[in-house]
Amino acid sequence: MAVDERERTTGSAGLAIGSGSRLTRVCVRGVLLLGVLISLFPFYWLVVMASGTTEDIYSYPPKLVPGPHLLDNMGRVLDTVDFFGSLFNTVVVAVVGTALVLFFDSLAAFAFAKYEFPGKRFLFGALLATYMIPAQLSLVPQFVTMAEFGWAGSLTALIIPGAANAFGIFWMRQYAQNSLPDELLDAGRIDGAGFFRLYWQVAMPLFRPALAFLGIFTFISIWNDYIWPLVVMIDPDRVTLQVALANLNVLYNTDYSLVMAGALMSVVPLIVVFLIGARHFLRDLAAGATKM
Amino acid sequence: MATVADPAEAGAPADDGGGRAEGRRSRATAPGGRRRHGPPLLAISPFCVLFAVFGAFPVVFSLYLSFQDWDGIGDMRFVGLKQYGWLLEDSVFWHSVLNTFEIWFLSTVPMLFLALVLAFLLHSQVRFTGAYRVAYFIPNVTSMVAMTVVFGSVFAQTGLANSALKVVGMDGVGWLSSEWGIKVSLSVMIIWRWVGYNALIFLAGLQAIPTEHFEAARVDGANSWQTLFRVVLPQLRPVVLFAAVTSTINGLQIFTESQVLFQSTDVGTIGGPGQEGMTIVLYLWQKAFKDHQFGYGAAMGWLLFAIIAVFTLINWRLVSGSDREGRAGIRSLLRRKGAARNGR
Repeated sequence: MAVDERERTTGSAGLAIGSGSRLTRVCVRGVLLLGVLISLFPFYWLVVMASGTTEDIYSYPPKLVPGPHLLDNMGRVLDTVDFFGSLFNTVVVAVVGTALVLFFDSLAAFAFAKYEFPGKRFLFGALLATYMIPAQLSLVPQFVTMAEFGWAGSLTALIIPGAANAFGIFWMRQYAQNSLPDELLDAGRIDGAGFFRLYWQVAMPLFRPALAFLGIFTFISIWNDYIWPLVVMIDPDRVTLQVALANLNVLYNTDYSLVMAGALMSVVPLIVVFLIGARHFLRDLAAGATKM
Repeated sequence: MATVADPAEAGAPADDGGGRAEGRRSRATAPGGRRRHGPPLLAISPFCVLFAVFGAFPVVFSLYLSFQDWDGIGDMRFVGLKQYGWLLEDSVFWHSVLNTFEIWFLSTVPMLFLALVLAFLLHSQVRFTGAYRVAYFIPNVTSMVAMTVVFGSVFAQTGLANSALKVVGMDGVGWLSSEWGIKVSLSVMIIWRWVGYNALIFLAGLQAIPTEHFEAARVDGANSWQTLFRVVLPQLRPVVLFAAVTSTINGLQIFTESQVLFQSTDVGTIGGPGQEGMTIVLYLWQKAFKDHQFGYGAAMGWLLFAIIAVFTLINWRLVSGSDREGRAGIRSLLRRKGAARNGR
C-alpha cells in the first residue's frame, strides 16, 4: 500500500516522463499498451491455434481469429494422451510438494529466527551456499540416488527432494524476524506453550502473508518444472503435464491444433492460480528484490 | 555460541551470547541443555536430512562421478582427470558453450534495456499499474514447454513470423533452420519471458528512491535527463546488478526452450539443425540421459558451475564497481535467486 502511494507522489513529479505534454502521456500509454499486447499475444495465438484446424494454421494468410474447433481438439487430446492421468500427477506433486515446503520451511525458519541451538550459524551458512550451486550439477547424482532408492518413475521422486528448500527457509526467516514479536512468544511461554505449540498457534497465523507468497511461488515452480520430471519419470505412461505435452509435441508435431489444445489445457490451471494470488504475489516479489 | 557441538555443554550460564529470545527462554524453562535445544533441532531436522541427502550428497557424489566412466549399469571405471581432458577436446561441448554465450548475450542485453524502459514508463504511469504488472508478469509464470510449442509454430517456415514478413513484401527467414535464426528465435523466447519480470524488479527499485532526491535535483535545476543519469540510475545500480546476475545465471542454464523446440527421438538432431541450438545444459542432458555417460555429464555439470561462478564474479565487478556494493549484491542475490529459478 505504501508503495502505491509513493508511486503516486514521485511518479510524475519525480521522473518527469509522464508529466510533460499530453502527447508524451499518450506515447507512454501507447508503449505500455504495446508491451501488454506483446506479453499477451502468444496466449491469444495459442487460443486461435487450439480452436482451429491444422489446415487453418498452415494456410496463408493465417487466420487471426479463434475458430470453432476448440472442443473437438480438446477431445482429441483426451483420446490421444492420458491427459487426466498426467494432470493428476502434476496436481498431486504440486499440492503435496507445496504443503511440505510450507510446513518444513516455516518450521525451520521459526527455529532459525527465534531460537539458539548448536550448529545454527554453520547450518544457515550451508543453506545459503546451496543457492550458489546450479541445479544441473546435481542432476546426474540425483537421478542415480533416485534409482538406488527405487523411486525413479514414482511421484515420490518429484516430491521429496524438493520438500524443503533454502529459498523458502531464507524467505520465512526474514519474515519471522521482522513480523513475529518476541513479546508474543514470551506471552505464549508464560501460558505454558512449548516450541511446537508456539509455532503452530502463535507463529503460523502471523506467517500467513509470507506463506501465501511462498506457496504460490512454489506451486508455480513445481507445476512448471520440466527437466527433473523429464529425467526421473522413466515410464512414458506416467509423466507430468509438462513432459506429456513435450511428448505430444514430438509425436504429433504435424498436428498443430492437437498440440496447441494440449498446450492450452496445460497452461490454464496455472494461470488461474496465478491470477488469484497475483496482487499479493507481485507486491512481495518486488519488495523482496529491493530490500537489501 | 552457535557452534557449540554438544547441546549438553551449552549450559545455561554460558549462553548469553545468543539471541534475546533464547536468553529469556532459558530463564523461563529448565536450564538442562538437551531439553532446551531439542525442539528447535527437531524443527530443522527435516530440512537437514533433506539437505544432506538431496543437496550436499549429490554435490560430493557428482564430483566423484566426474572422475569415473560409467554407463549407469555396469561397473564404474576410474578415469580421473582424463574425463575433463576429453570434455575440453570435445568440439560439440565448445560449440554448446559458444551457443550458450551467444544466446545469453542476444537475449540479456536487449532484455535488460527493454525492462529498464518499461520500468520508467510504468513508474510515470498512475493508472492501471496493477493490471500492467499482472500482464507483464504472466509470461514469466507460464509453462515454458507450452510457450515454446507456441513460439515454435510462430517461427515455423509457414508460421506467423514469416507470414508477417510476406505481408510487408520480405522473404521468409529460416527461423528454426539457420544459425542466426535459431539463436534469435531462442533469444526472443527468453526476452519475452523475462522482460516483465525484470521490469517489475526495476520498478520496485525506482519506487524505493526517496522523493526528496527528486526534489533536491529539481531545486538544483536538473532537467529530466540529468535527473535520470545523475539521480535515478546510480541509485538503481544494486537492482540492475541483481537483474544482471540472475539473468546471467539463468541464461547460462538455458535448456527447456531448445530441448522442446528441437526435440527429436533421433539423437542426431538434438540442438536443432547444425546443433546451433545446442546449449551446455542440453548437451549435459544428452550425454548423461540419452547416451548414458553419467561421468561425462557430471564433469560437464562442474564446468558449468565454474563458468557460472566466473561470470557471476565478472558481472558483480562490472556492474557494482565497488566491493561493498558487490557484497550487498551478493546478499540480495541470495535472497532472490530462488525466486528467479522457477521452471528452470
